[in-house]
Amino acid sequence: MNAFRTILILAAAFLAVFGEAAFPLLRHWLGAQVDLLPVLMVYTALNADIVTLSLLAGLGGLWFDALSANPLGVSILPLFAVGFVIYLQRELILRELPFAQFVLGAAACAGVPALSVLLLLTDGQEPLLGWGSLWQWLVMTVGGAVATPIAFEFFNRCQHALGYQPRTETSFRPDREIQRGRQ
Amino acid sequence: MLRKKHYLALGAVTLAVLLIFSLPPRATSRLKLAASSLFLPLFGLLNTAQQVPAGAANAIMPRRALLKEIGNLQLENQQLRIQSAQAAAMARENDQLRAQLGWQRQVPWKLKLATVILRDPANWWRTVQIDLGSRDGVRENLPVLTPDGLVGRVSSVGFARSQVVLLGDPGCHVSALVQNPAHDIGIISASGRPIDSSLVDLTYLSGNAVLKPGENVITSGEGEIFPPGIPLGQIVDSRTVEFGLYTEARVKLSANLGALDQVWVLFK
Repeated sequence: MNAFRTILILAAAFLAVFGEAAFPLLRHWLGAQVDLLPVLMVYTALNADIVTLSLLAGLGGLWFDALSANPLGVSILPLFAVGFVIYLQRELILRELPFAQFVLGAAACAGVPALSVLLLLTDGQEPLLGWGSLWQWLVMTVGGAVATPIAFEFFNRCQHALGYQPRTETSFRPDREIQRGRQ
Repeated sequence: MLRKKHYLALGAVTLAVLLIFSLPPRATSRLKLAASSLFLPLFGLLNTAQQVPAGAANAIMPRRALLKEIGNLQLENQQLRIQSAQAAAMARENDQLRAQLGWQRQVPWKLKLATVILRDPANWWRTVQIDLGSRDGVRENLPVLTPDGLVGRVSSVGFARSQVVLLGDPGCHVSALVQNPAHDIGIISASGRPIDSSLVDLTYLSGNAVLKPGENVITSGEGEIFPPGIPLGQIVDSRTVEFGLYTEARVKLSANLGALDQVWVLFK
């Protein structure tokens, strides 16, 4: 495990949070902004270690809350909870299958905002909720589900192009080479 | 061993969150500002990226179009000067009359233009960030408006940026006056419609208020945050609630909150 994957994930989280705040096109079209942090959390939980997962939840949540009207720290626990559950079960998940990625992305993108709103309500805050919130939740779930296989593909390509690859053992042994012809 | 590491991480994250929650509000807001200041290089980059197409469009604009535009602006400038002189004379007359009646003199509005740089990434808040901060003299609770009407108020201030809570957000309540013969007064509060930002609710109107669609709604000036007379919107429909105890109305906002690019901060 090298630090490249961790840096790549954190950089993507930083840019994702900024992009969500700076480019509201999706909000104009569909009435809701898709959150990409749960998508990154799914990738991290399936491919990185627990330290990277904790860093993503901590820093990603902190950055998100810093640009939002959320009380600081509210987004950290939902992100970590979703990532932690996937991380504990990751040996049982067929992580290479796009369908599995799609389903996990949908579950994470549905779970994180629901948990965040629950935390806000527990904290005594009054978020803007109504029947339209169900539509927003649906958009976030479907948008996140679609984005998850794309994110996996992106990270795999980046890892392949820029990261260290594990050295593969060759089956060739010079001492067993058959010498042909006369000595 | 591995499991132990997992639960250590879980404990560390939970502890960190509890620590942040237990911080005093002032420390939390400073931490928030520090975290958001990490995005400053990206703000600069975004600003530059937005200026490049505008600059390119200016460069290819034909001279004839520019001259025509200058002519129109000069004409408009002359008309506005005449109107300004007329308004100044009326203001002087108003001041004299107020002085004769012993009324308090009205302070003229001082406005500063701000650009909307970010929107709230969370779907359950209605806030934006503007490029004016404490270095520009912005303080909390200053009204923010567009030429069409009120937009919201400044909710928190950083050095170079401020957060504006928009109308319809649960954190923005405005005392509003309906321009009808009864001059009904109510409160503009959270809309309960997260998708449609053009409609807000006008609540706590008296039970016998008679409202007609299309009647104008303006700020009443009560509450001492928003000065009186700023347009808010128009009545769409109304209904009595709580067994006729009070009336509630839907108001279509004058300002388009979904397409805010530039706003004016009103200094009092």
